[in-house]
Amino acid sequence: MLDNIIAVWPEIVTSLGQTFYMMVITLAVAVLVGTPLGTLLYLIRPGSIISAPRLYVAIDGIVNVIRSFPFLILLIAIIPFTRLIVGTAIGTTAVVVPLAISAIPEFARLIEQTLLDVNRGIVEAAESMGANTRQIIWKVLFSESRAGIANAITIISVSFLSFSTVAGLVGGGGIGDFAIRYGYYRYQTDIMIATVILIVIIVQILQTTGNFTVRRLNKKN
Amino acid sequence: MISLKNLSKTYATKDGELQAVKSVSLEVAKGDIYGIIGFSGAGKSTLLRMINLLERPDTGSVHVDGVDLTSLSKKELLKRRLSLGMIFQHFNLLSNRTVSQNVSFPLEIAGVPKAKRKKRVAECLEIVGLSDKANAYPVKLSGGQKQRVGIARALATQPNVLLCDEPTSALDPQTTESILAFLKELNEKFGITIIIVTHEMEVIKTICNKVSVMENGHIVERINMRDSTFVPQSKIAQFLFRNEIEFQGKEEIANAR
Ligand SMILES: Nc1ncnc2c1ncn2[C@@H]1O[C@H](COP(=O)(O)OP(=O)(O)OP(=O)(O)O)[C@@H](O)[C@H]1O
Ligand SMILES: [Mg+2]
Repeated sequence: MLDNIIAVWPEIVTSLGQTFYMMVITLAVAVLVGTPLGTLLYLIRPGSIISAPRLYVAIDGIVNVIRSFPFLILLIAIIPFTRLIVGTAIGTTAVVVPLAISAIPEFARLIEQTLLDVNRGIVEAAESMGANTRQIIWKVLFSESRAGIANAITIISVSFLSFSTVAGLVGGGGIGDFAIRYGYYRYQTDIMIATVILIVIIVQILQTTGNFTVRRLNKKN
Repeated sequence: MISLKNLSKTYATKDGELQAVKSVSLEVAKGDIYGIIGFSGAGKSTLLRMINLLERPDTGSVHVDGVDLTSLSKKELLKRRLSLGMIFQHFNLLSNRTVSQNVSFPLEIAGVPKAKRKKRVAECLEIVGLSDKANAYPVKLSGGQKQRVGIARALATQPNVLLCDEPTSALDPQTTESILAFLKELNEKFGITIIIVTHEMEVIKTICNKVSVMENGHIVERINMRDSTFVPQSKIAQFLFRNEIEFQGKEEIANAR
């Protein structure tokens, strides 16, 4: 068994690299676009700080539609768009586009929920001190929910590690694709098991780091 | 100093419209400790929150120092709020900030430079007697300490009015007493006008010089506490004061023995 694994080790390393690449870009886009989007959803919610019920319904609807697309179908459906953005519809970079597109609304929703957990009274106290909307967002909402945001990043990392497995379908590679190729197409069960263990370890590391960060950031108890 | 004219506020709820405050007018003079008392749902908090326009009245005007707040632009209003401190029943401290960072918060909002902030934070913590807790997080404080941080925070920008929404309702009787004594001291020492919303007769008795009784969105009675000969007219005032009178009666009996 060990021999088999050693034989494919370089390929495992390449696959891990691809997964890492997909994850980093997906996460970066999800956080950079999803955070403002989720914050906007929170702010324009009926009865919230800016309160724009119609715009809320519109954006909320779009977020729901994208989230309800099964990832595999989204991947195929947006091929023309992917081609437009990165010039190709196959390969690791091409997979990042659908990954990021489905991660954005997912993360936005997590952020919206996290912000909803911020005590309304604290927001009100800040308003009573003359804080404007920008100050409320940065100094109250993001500060109070920083542990929740770290938790959201952890959740999205773990779930998109799993999503990235599908990348193999369009030649994107990655560790999940590697497991499928050896385990499913070549019946090399030992390699598949070793890969799965590797994935479990990665998830554990992500989760533990996440939990640790959340605990460090949270001063609520 | 504060003049509320014909303030009304209606909320749209699932069961139709709910008029929380019905054409209320109120005059608060400089140096007053003005109580607003009434049962739950009477509209006290709504009325208080209209003074700094956390809640926009549907009709009426709010004059503070002669300026009609309802006519100000958003930016001018935010600036004005610095002179209207507010404290809350549940303190509403920022849980991820230390005591001194909490007190520093309104100064950051106001754009005060760092060195000045530090000095003012130290002063305010000194006033409320919590200098030793400067680096503690709110979760580690008792209720009374949290409220004192709330007061220090409200004082940071040197307001001349303090709006208090049930500031002692989450505290035990002993802590209540010390917070009330403290508010009174602020009023006497710094001339801060205090408006205090409560449902506890004890709060009114202890520190207020004037009180309005609210019921069902209306002010049903206004009482000057310095006038010891007043006879409560409204049912609710009679109820509130009778409890207190009975209580005093018992005390007198006890003292007589
Ligand atoms: N944002 C809101 N939306 C809908 N109804 C509201 C809102 N705020 C207050 N109300 C309603 O207005 C009425 C008055 O509320 P308010 O909070 O002013 O009462 P209160 O006298 O402060 O009572 P309590 O002692 O319970 O704090 C209540 O019936 C309440 O349900
Ligand atoms: Mg209230």
